[in-house]
Amino acid sequence: MTLHPILAALRKHKAGTVLIALQIALTLAIVCNAVFIIGQRIDRVNRTTGLDEGDLFLVSQQWVGAPNADSTDGVEKLDAMQREDLAALRQLPDVASVAPINSLPLLNSSWTGSVSHKPGAQLGGKGNTRTAYYFTDEQMLSTLGVRLVAGRAFNAGDVQHQGFRDRRDRPVAIITQQLADKLFPKGDAVGKVMYTDGSNAPTTIIGVVARMQIPATGSWGNDFAWYSTLIPTRLDANFARYAVRAKPGRLDAAMRAVAPTLYKVNPMRVLDDDSVKPFSEIRARAYRADVGMAILMGVICLILLCVTAAGIVGLTSFWVGQRHRQIGVRRALGARKIDILRYFQIENLLIAGAGVVIGVLLSLGLNMWLMSHYEMTRIPLPYVLTGVLAMLAIGQAAVFAPARRASNVPPVVATRAA
Amino acid sequence: MFGYYLDLALRSLRRNKALTALMVVAIALGIGASMTTLTVLHVLSGDPLPDKSGKLFYPQLDPQDMDGYKPQDDPPAQVSWIDGMALLHAKRARYQALMTGGAVPIQPAQSSIDPFFEDARYTSADFFPMFEVPFLYGQGWNAADDEAGARVAVLTRELNDKLFGGKDSTGQTLRMDDVAFRIVGVLDAWRPTPHFYDLNTGSYSSDEGVFVPLTTATDLKFARNGSTDCWGKGSGDNMKIATCTWLQFWVQLDTPADAAAYSEFLLNYSREQKTLGRFQRPANVRLPDLMGWLDYNKVVPSDVHLQAWLAFGFLLVCLVNTVGLMLAKFLRRSGELGVRRALGASRRSLFAQLLVEAGAVGLVGGIGGLLLALLGLWLVRRQPSDYAALAHLDLPMLLATFVSAVVASLLAGLLPAWRACLIPPALQLKSN
Repeated sequence: MTLHPILAALRKHKAGTVLIALQIALTLAIVCNAVFIIGQRIDRVNRTTGLDEGDLFLVSQQWVGAPNADSTDGVEKLDAMQREDLAALRQLPDVASVAPINSLPLLNSSWTGSVSHKPGAQLGGKGNTRTAYYFTDEQMLSTLGVRLVAGRAFNAGDVQHQGFRDRRDRPVAIITQQLADKLFPKGDAVGKVMYTDGSNAPTTIIGVVARMQIPATGSWGNDFAWYSTLIPTRLDANFARYAVRAKPGRLDAAMRAVAPTLYKVNPMRVLDDDSVKPFSEIRARAYRADVGMAILMGVICLILLCVTAAGIVGLTSFWVGQRHRQIGVRRALGARKIDILRYFQIENLLIAGAGVVIGVLLSLGLNMWLMSHYEMTRIPLPYVLTGVLAMLAIGQAAVFAPARRASNVPPVVATRAA
Repeated sequence: MFGYYLDLALRSLRRNKALTALMVVAIALGIGASMTTLTVLHVLSGDPLPDKSGKLFYPQLDPQDMDGYKPQDDPPAQVSWIDGMALLHAKRARYQALMTGGAVPIQPAQSSIDPFFEDARYTSADFFPMFEVPFLYGQGWNAADDEAGARVAVLTRELNDKLFGGKDSTGQTLRMDDVAFRIVGVLDAWRPTPHFYDLNTGSYSSDEGVFVPLTTATDLKFARNGSTDCWGKGSGDNMKIATCTWLQFWVQLDTPADAAAYSEFLLNYSREQKTLGRFQRPANVRLPDLMGWLDYNKVVPSDVHLQAWLAFGFLLVCLVNTVGLMLAKFLRRSGELGVRRALGASRRSLFAQLLVEAGAVGLVGGIGGLLLALLGLWLVRRQPSDYAALAHLDLPMLLATFVSAVVASLLAGLLPAWRACLIPPALQLKSN
C-alpha cells in the first residue's frame, strides 16, 4: 500500500490533522515531564535512611520548671533527670534499647556544621565538608539499627554530657561511609583525626557506619544528605528526645508504656499526643508533599491520556462518517476489510508520528524551561522514548474502534445515494 | 434571534450526545484543574495586609566578621539581639517591633485540661498597632512593660475559648512554664496569610496562641522556634551577647521620604558600628517592603507554581481537543448549514448560531468545571501541607471559572464555526 492516497486525503482535512497532531505533541510534552517529576519524587521518597525503621519510635518531651541549663549546676541536674528517664525506659519489658538523640533522619530538625582536615577552618572554606550532627550515647547503634562497617562502636567511657548551647571538645566520633570517603578517599578513615565546626581540638574517628541520612529533607540538604557525624554526648536542656527500639512486634505496647513510665519518674513535664511517634509517621510526614505531588501528577497524566484518546476517537469517527461513501466504493472495487482497517491505522500512525516528532521537541524545551525555573535535572532519553511509544500505541488503540466500524461498511453503500 | 439560535444549539447538542458529552467533559476537566491550582496560587501569593503592606518594611544589615565574605552576598535575614535592641530603642520609625517565635508549656488552672504546648510569639509592644491586630477584649501591652520585662500576655481567641470558654479573661492569671502571667488582652480572629512577619516558623503555619513581651521571654529563657545563624565565636549560653542573628525586626514608615531616611539611618548605623569595631564588613543594608520581602524569600512553594503551569498545559490540551471535536461536529452538519444558507441565511447569522452552540457547551462545561474545582479544592484541603486549609474558592475566582469556561469554548468554536460558514450553499444542496 502506498502512502500517497492517505497523504492526499489528509490534505483535505488539514485543520483536523493539525489539531490531532498538535494534541498528541502537547500531551507527549506534558506527560513526559510529569512522569519524570513523579519518578524523581518516588526516588526521593524511597531513599533508605540507613536505619532499621520497623520497631523504632521517638519520644520528644519537655520538663516544666526544669533547672536552668546556663549554670554548671543546672546542667548536672538536667543530666541526672535525663539519665533517670533513660533508665526507666530501658527497664520496660517491651523495649529492646534506648538512646538519647537530638534528632533523627527525616525529622527536619537538624544541627549542622562542618568537618575539616585542618584545625580552625570555617565553613565554606576549602577541604571543608558540611555535616549533620547526631548527639547520642553508646546504645545508639543497636537502637537505630545502623550497621557499623569499620572501627568500633561507642562505649560508656566515650560518652560525655553538656548543656545544649555549650561548646565542648569532641574527642571521638563515628562518621558515615559517605563522609569517610569524602574526607579520606583512600578508605583509611578509622583512627584519623578531623576538626569539627572550626575547632582547634582534634576529633578521632573511631568508627564508620554504612549509611545514615541527615535530618533535613528539604533541597538545601541534598548536597550532604549522607554526611552524618555521631558524637557520643548527651545534650542537656529543658527538653530531651529519646530514640527507642521496641522488641520485635511490640511497637504499640512499648509506645503505650512510655507516657505512664515517664510521668512516674517525674510528673512535671509535657508529653502530648505528638510526643511519642513511630518512625513510620516521621517518614510519612517528611515526604507527604512529595507523595501528594506524585499522586496529583499521576492523576493529571491519566486524565490527559484519556482526553487525548477520546479526542482521536471523536475526530476519526467523524472522518469515517464523512467518507462512508468512498469506503463503500473502495470495498466495491475489491478492497478487503483489512485494507480499510489498515488504511485508518496507517493514517493515524502518520498523524501521530508527526505529532510525536513535535512532541519530543516540545518536551525537551519544556524540560529546559523547568530546569531554568525549578529544581529539575535533564530528562533522560528513555523517558521520552517510552512516551513516544506510548503515544503511538494510544493513537492506534483509539483509532481501532472507528476504523473497525469503517471496515464494516458494506460495498453496497457505493450504489446507494448518500 | 438569540432564542432561536439557542433552540437550534440545544437541538444540535442533543442530536449527538457522545460528542457533546466529550466536549463538555474536556472543558470541565481543563477549567476545573486550572481553577483549582490557580485558587491555591491566588491564596498563597496574596497580600497579608492589603491596607498597609506598602508601609511595612523589614530592615536588614550585615553584622558578621570577614570570614567567608563575598561582596555580592545579601545581608542576613534576621538581626542579633544587640542590633535589634539598638534599632528598637532608636525609634526612628512610626512603629517598630522586634520578635521571635517560640513555644511555651501552658498549665491551665482547671484540672480538667492537661498541660500542653502552645506556639508563642515573643515581641515588643508596637507589634499590635503596627500590624493592626484586632482585639476582642483588652489591649496589647506598652513599651514600659517591655522595659520592665513585665509578666503580661495576650491570647488569641482560640486559646481564650479553650482556656476560659470564650469569656473576657483580661486580668486573669495564666501559668506558663511555672510562671504566672497576667492576661492583658484577647485577640479577635486574626490570621495573616502568609505568616509574613516570621517566615522561619513556616510560611503558612497556623498562628501562635499566645503573645509575651520579648524581654520577659528572654529573661525567663523560654524555648525558641526558628533559625539561628552564628559566626565567629558563635552561640554562647547568653543569646543577648551571642554573635548570632535570630530575631525579626519590622518597622512602619508612612511615606517614601521616611523610608529613604530610614535607609540612610541604617547605613549610618552600620558605618558607626564598623568604626566601633563591632561590624567588620562594608556597610550592606536593605530595606525591602512587605511584599518585596515575601518575593525575596519565595514564600509561595515552587511546587504550587509547577502545579499551576501543569494545569495550564492541561487546559491547553483540553481546548485543542475541544476545537477538534467542534470541527468534527460542525462539519458533519454541512448539509443542514447548506440548506440554511440556500434559504437565505447570511454567513454572519450562521456564524452567530454556531458560536451560540459553542457558548452553550462552554456554559455547561463551566458548571462542570466549577464542580470539579470544588472537588479539587476539597482534595487539596485534605492534604496535610500547612497551607492546605487555606484553599477556598472565593467569589472572584468563582466568576473567573465561568467566564473562562465560556470564553475558552467560544475561542475553541471560532475556527470550526468559520470553517463551517465557508460551505457554499449550492454544493451541499446538489450532493443531497
